[in-house]
Amino acid sequence: MSTEVVYVLAASAVFGAGVYGLIVANHLMRKLLALNVMSSAVFVTMLTVAGTTPEGPDPVAQALVLTGIVIAVAATAFALALLVRLVQETGLVSLRAKDDDGA
Amino acid sequence: MTPVAIETTLHPLPLVVVLVSLFAGLAIAVLGEHQQRLRTVLNLAAAVVKLALVLWIAILVVGGSVPEFRFALVPGFDLVLRADSVSVLFASLSAALWLVTTVYAIAYLHRSSNRARFFGFFSICVTATMGIAMAGNLLTFFVFYELLTLATWPLVVHTGSRAAVRAGRTYLVYTLGGSALFLLGLIWLYALAGPQDFIAGGSLALVDLDETRALQAIFVLVAIGMGVKAAIVPLHAWLPRAMVAPAPVSALLHAVAVVKAGAFGLVRLVEDVFGASLTSDLGLAQALAVAASITIVYGSIVALLQDDLKKLLAYSTVSQVSYIALGIAVGGALATVGGMVHLVHQGVMKITMFFCAGTFATLLGVTRIDQLDGLARRLPWSAGAFSVAALGMIGLPPLAGFVSKWYLGAGAVATGQLWVVGVLVASTLLNAAYFLPLIARMWLRPAPERWPGGTTPSRLVVFGLVAPALFTAFCTIAFGVLAGSSYSPLDWATEIVRGYVP
Amino acid sequence: MAPDALAVLVFAPLVAALAVIVAPPRATTALALAGIALTAPALWVVTAAVLGGEVVEVALAGAAPPLGIAWRADGFSLTMAWLTFVVVAFVSLHALASFPSTSDAGRRFWPMWLILVASVYALFLSADLFNLYVTLELVTLTAVAMIAIGGAPAAMRAAMRYLLLGLMASLFYLLATALLYGQTGTLDLYQVGERLGEGALATTALALMITGLLVKSAIVPLHVWLPAAHGKAPGPVSAVLSALVVKVTLYILIRLWFWAGGALDDGLAAFVLGLLGAVAIVYGSIAAIVQTRLKMLVAYSTVAQLGYVMLLFPLASTAAFRAVTFHVLAHGVAKAAMFLAAANLLAALGSDRLQRLVGADQRYPVNVLAFALAGVSIMGLPPSGGFVAKWMLLEAAWQSQGWGWVAVISAGSLLAAVYVFRVVALAYAQPRPASSVRRPGTTPRGRFGATSVAALALAVLAIVLGIASAPVLSLIDLGLPPGMAP
Repeated sequence: MSTEVVYVLAASAVFGAGVYGLIVANHLMRKLLALNVMSSAVFVTMLTVAGTTPEGPDPVAQALVLTGIVIAVAATAFALALLVRLVQETGLVSLRAKDDDGA
Repeated sequence: MTPVAIETTLHPLPLVVVLVSLFAGLAIAVLGEHQQRLRTVLNLAAAVVKLALVLWIAILVVGGSVPEFRFALVPGFDLVLRADSVSVLFASLSAALWLVTTVYAIAYLHRSSNRARFFGFFSICVTATMGIAMAGNLLTFFVFYELLTLATWPLVVHTGSRAAVRAGRTYLVYTLGGSALFLLGLIWLYALAGPQDFIAGGSLALVDLDETRALQAIFVLVAIGMGVKAAIVPLHAWLPRAMVAPAPVSALLHAVAVVKAGAFGLVRLVEDVFGASLTSDLGLAQALAVAASITIVYGSIVALLQDDLKKLLAYSTVSQVSYIALGIAVGGALATVGGMVHLVHQGVMKITMFFCAGTFATLLGVTRIDQLDGLARRLPWSAGAFSVAALGMIGLPPLAGFVSKWYLGAGAVATGQLWVVGVLVASTLLNAAYFLPLIARMWLRPAPERWPGGTTPSRLVVFGLVAPALFTAFCTIAFGVLAGSSYSPLDWATEIVRGYVP
Repeated sequence: MAPDALAVLVFAPLVAALAVIVAPPRATTALALAGIALTAPALWVVTAAVLGGEVVEVALAGAAPPLGIAWRADGFSLTMAWLTFVVVAFVSLHALASFPSTSDAGRRFWPMWLILVASVYALFLSADLFNLYVTLELVTLTAVAMIAIGGAPAAMRAAMRYLLLGLMASLFYLLATALLYGQTGTLDLYQVGERLGEGALATTALALMITGLLVKSAIVPLHVWLPAAHGKAPGPVSAVLSALVVKVTLYILIRLWFWAGGALDDGLAAFVLGLLGAVAIVYGSIAAIVQTRLKMLVAYSTVAQLGYVMLLFPLASTAAFRAVTFHVLAHGVAKAAMFLAAANLLAALGSDRLQRLVGADQRYPVNVLAFALAGVSIMGLPPSGGFVAKWMLLEAAWQSQGWGWVAVISAGSLLAAVYVFRVVALAYAQPRPASSVRRPGTTPRGRFGATSVAALALAVLAIVLGIASAPVLSLIDLGLPPGMAP
């Protein structure tokens, strides 16, 4: 088994775990963490791609990972800010507590 | 004789005549509720201008030209507004009756709320009717046919009562359901034969199609779309329920716009798309004749059972409008003339009766048949107009209705379809059975001590209610007595049919 | 000149956004309007070039892809960009009144609004998969922020759900992008398909990508986030979410499917996508019919209307492409009008419960009329943009003998009639006389303000599209996918 296959399999497993966590978790913080786990899997995949070109490491894929990390950080920060507001306003840390027909 | 494409001349007039009332409608809506005087002026001015424009078109058409305006609506398909002699027949009927209906409506609704909305949609209705009259192909017809549905719905639910909203819902279920089938038929037709404009004698006769089943299906789909508005049994149930609308709306639905649009559409479908001979070859003329006959007899029988005056008139419309379909379905020159001329004759007769029914309800609170006793003593002019129209409906010579029935009967005999004569006789007997008692009650019975209710508006309002009915009653007499003179509806219909039936 | 105009299209709103943040509040209105207005001449210049037969391209800062950013405008991008401009312009007019720049909410609204506009433009111009990802994230984040802007708990919950699902969908998309890049060595939207071979990895990548895009486009059964997000957001935000934001991912999907050289051209997959669309049309309409709140009704109507777009995949003809593109335009304009009218009625009546609408026409005739006119287009009745789209789509379905699709399209517009007329009938109904006897002349008249004008103008435009379809269609024809002839 070549190294890249190992990487891809590992990335798939991590991605799957992230999706599972996102769906199953109730606490919003856990859901956010699950999303971050998913992004890690994506970055692993990208780095695998970057390392497997015959001409040596591919700068494009590495640039993608960098940009991706920046976006993931920004999105997480935004989601956390929204979560804090939500907790302040409603005292809830879960979306399942109430139906969506409130005022 | 193979039909030939007609020579047309590019002319903005058909577009202008459609747009006049659209602009009037928009202006009325923008003016708002309180500009009553200006609104009245606008309404009447638009009606008069429209009538003048239709006359101008009629003069052009008599002069032998066919003014036309077209532009691409959807890729490959043109919106065609074209004034041929059939258009002029329907357009002049609508324009003239719109003018009198406007006068009546202004008087009838003098104390009502939401008048800006009412007259706005009222004008858009007539825009749609003009568009239907001037439509030069089925797509154009469809566009204005749908616009008519949309513009009449607010009029049907005008009072906002529960019954009105429910009637509006029924109206939509029937008309939108019908037009969905119409649209499918239209798409199918164009997929089969390409875009086609109306041609006297049938545009389909120009393309050689060996698709009997498909053509039959298309005809049925489109005819259902038309049949809903023309209130052909069993697609008629919306019409009696729509009677909750104000009287001018009923007049509009029954005589000027909606029901007529359906009947006119059947005329176009049979004569200008399929052509009389193809319709008959496909076995569709027979089917249409049977459907029309059933409607005629059924409508009359149900009318007999009514005790509400407007309901009776509604079922009478169901019955009478199918004379038009019957005429074109029977085919041959005479019956076709009878059907076409009934388009006009039924219009003037039925509108008279609705005007009068509205007047009875407004001034005396009379809505039921048993309340009509002695009414002629209180309202002799209205009662007179009503009686003339009713006698016309029965087919008493020399009134307009007699002319229609005579041509229909003669046409049936000429084409050897004697059973149609039976239908006509039965219908006439039934008409007499439900109309004569009304006339007898009004003129022969003593008046009650007190009338059920009603209001006593100003003299001007009363004049606005009574005069339109007198005018249309006069037309009922004139169209019958002067049927033989040139440019009478009969003469015009005969001229049209010369293009249809060699 | 045209390549510079492409840059103006994105940078004018972006610079305006930054300027709004630093400038004093009283300058906000002028800056925001300038940022949006400047895109019109830019669009015009690009359109002129595209009409002249060019495909306008620009590499930002001279750096060529794959490391640099390249923008590319053809007829399809331009059609969508024009839709963006028209919707944004009228909705901004509404927002001037509903989010005054001096208010607290206004100060938060305008920068995000302008960034959203810039991101949407950038997305329609992007020609590579990673660029699309970046712009897509920007669109999602600003959209979520604006849903939550009012601070109402229900809106924030809806925003959070949208954010979580949106981020998940983006990661699906990004993973797929990584896999595709590994397979093909390119990120170019137009080359990926050509270079992509067969195989499990390619299939997985495409499936991931499509799933991600379908989540963001709220195609049934992945629509769960949409009704609350669109229904609870402030009026201008709902309008632009339904008119534009859900369309951007469909735009990417269509680009991938039809421009990427047949890699995705799979009969079964196309049929499945079409089937999802059909289910969306029926399910969304029925869900709209049973709603008890106006804005939720309109939101479910969006779920249904997006289904029509999916019919493009099984039909896959020039006629279907034109029809669907036109549908996107007509729906965008009409739905924006509908949401603005609904928001105005909500603001005026204090609640958007449908029962509160009884008699609304007497007090707020302009907004009821705007809703009804937009409804005419949504129902696909003539004369309206919706009718032209429906006609062309029916024709396309008929030509390919897709009788099932024909049935769904017909049924869809009848179902739409049920929910549209349900609303209008309530507005036209007379209030119970028990409450108060209405005297003529004393009815309070609705304010004929900018908010009503914006709704009515968009609604009228939805109708006008049906009469003046020819120029729009000629623009669409310039952007047909390769292999489709006009």
